[in-house]
Amino acid sequence: MSDLLTPGNQLTEEAGEEQRPARGGLARYLASKLAGALTSLLLVVLLGFFLFRMLPGDPVQTMTAGREVTAEQIAELRERLGLSDPLWRQFLDYLGGLLQGDFGDSFRYGRPVGDIILERLGPTILLAGTATVLAILLGLWLGVRSAWRHGSRFDRTATGVALTLWSVPTFWLGLIVLMVFAVGVGPLPGLFPTGGIRSIDPPPGLLPQVLDVAHHLVLPCLTMVAVIFAQYQMVMRSSLLEEMGSDYLTTARAKGLREDLVRRRHAVPNALLPSVTLIFLHLGLVVSGAIMVETVFSWPGLGYLMVNALEYPDLPLMQGTFIVLAGTVIVMNVLADVVYRFLDPRVRAA
Amino acid sequence: MTTPTSTRALTWQRRARALRTGWRSFRAQRGAVAGLAVLLTIVALAVLAPVLTDESQLGIINTMSNPALAPPSGEFWLGTDENGRSVLLLTWWGARVSLLVGLAATLLSVFIGTFVGIVSAHFGGWLSAVLLRFTDFFLVLPSLVLAIALSTVLSRGVGTIVLAIGLTAWPTTARLVRAQTLTVQARPYIERSTALGAGHGHLIAKHILPGVLPLVFANTTLAVASAVIAESTLSFLGLGDPTQISWGSMLKFAMDSGAVTNGAWWYLLPPGLGIVCVVLSFTLCGRGLETVLNPRLRGR
Repeated sequence: MSDLLTPGNQLTEEAGEEQRPARGGLARYLASKLAGALTSLLLVVLLGFFLFRMLPGDPVQTMTAGREVTAEQIAELRERLGLSDPLWRQFLDYLGGLLQGDFGDSFRYGRPVGDIILERLGPTILLAGTATVLAILLGLWLGVRSAWRHGSRFDRTATGVALTLWSVPTFWLGLIVLMVFAVGVGPLPGLFPTGGIRSIDPPPGLLPQVLDVAHHLVLPCLTMVAVIFAQYQMVMRSSLLEEMGSDYLTTARAKGLREDLVRRRHAVPNALLPSVTLIFLHLGLVVSGAIMVETVFSWPGLGYLMVNALEYPDLPLMQGTFIVLAGTVIVMNVLADVVYRFLDPRVRAA
Repeated sequence: MTTPTSTRALTWQRRARALRTGWRSFRAQRGAVAGLAVLLTIVALAVLAPVLTDESQLGIINTMSNPALAPPSGEFWLGTDENGRSVLLLTWWGARVSLLVGLAATLLSVFIGTFVGIVSAHFGGWLSAVLLRFTDFFLVLPSLVLAIALSTVLSRGVGTIVLAIGLTAWPTTARLVRAQTLTVQARPYIERSTALGAGHGHLIAKHILPGVLPLVFANTTLAVASAVIAESTLSFLGLGDPTQISWGSMLKFAMDSGAVTNGAWWYLLPPGLGIVCVVLSFTLCGRGLETVLNPRLRGR
């Protein structure tokens, strides 16, 4: 799909290019990666700060719209929000706050942005995490099967379905799923709730509550899986295809190994590396990929929070979500680099 | 006899021959040809929309008397929207904005990407380091988040969406072009050309660009696909121009007017299927082109 939204073609080059072996040891490698990540984080903060300062319209006017306010009240509000200071001063204050984990106060909720984000983090991780695990399992299984029977009807069908689902905008798929399974079409009654994470009056007891959340999770999770499994499938398929002609597979067969042992013990482990790297690279993106699913199903996560903040417009909240979403990706990327180095003996030895 | 004209003629002959070979191997791929056919049909329909349809029926004032949110009937093949407008007509006209924005955004991003890629590969030194760092930074940023942020900051409209997509989608192209430029530059004819006194401008225009462009072209085709999805996503979030009909804004209106809860499938399906058709066709064409240009991919 559609993570703008399609990072599809970047996978192909990612693996090959610029994987220079580090000259020093592991410490040096980690240090250079960390330094890069820190620069990126700083850039994100800079971008987040100055980008949202260019917003058209005055936040104070939005906040006081439709109410009787005196000029003094407006001035006081500006002072309290720190909007009357010079820009560089505002930035330094902001940076200082960030270092202490303070993202400022939301215009809309009047509460610290950090607290609001923390509240919303749980639902996002629940949704994105479940969807990622399911998508990885489904994608890898399909990828292995279609590569092993390369050219078969199964392969063609699976690849066609994956390509089609990849072309579907997430939010549209969500709307269709919503209409069919939550509202109901024709004789089909609505089977699942239309949105939110729990019922308005949740049932008593822990187990019923867990089931209630799970019931709400089904549709958004299904939508997300449908959209993201294709990339794992395609990468697994092509990396296994690369291994198919290898000599060691002939050796394994010559030893008399059964076909599925050849696949499970020899081919798949070797072909798994690009997929694992991809999985880690995408862990960060998944969180922002959840934005559209959360919006359609009003799932109270980070993405929905950002879209809501956008409509208000709630400047500190947008800044906060932007920095957190972008920061996640950067941190995950460093992890991906480290994992890659540990998994691939060729890179480790270099 | 090698007068300048005959050299040029030879070059053109060679290019024509390469083009014919390329077309033949493109035509051998059924998926790519199907994609191209669907694309050409949709583009032709979109271009001819003002000739073949009645634009006045897009105005809400002229459709007041029609039934609202009516299911498909003899008069309205795909039903009507909440204002009594024909969904078929809206989808037809929506194709224009969606395609235009997708193409324009892609052109912008491919232009930036090619420029950054070539400059960072050709000049080297600190400029290259800074550009590479910059590219990696933008490559990592979640582009939907950045595009949302950008389109909030700029005034709402079609141009903003083009800019938001263009400014967020370029890093993949830049990486691709950089890698290809490095490969091209390692070839002996570049060294020969430098030895003969060629400057940077000549090298880039005459030797590097022609070597890089085919790949850029294949990449562009794939990039349009994601730009069309991006356009619909941003319009769906209400960041586009509400007076312009595009597939994304249609879906937004469908959601806002309760088409989902009313089970108005005729309002939801057409714009979405339009997006899927266009994106799938562009992807198929792009993969076909890649296969033509990269023989290693053949038989996959």
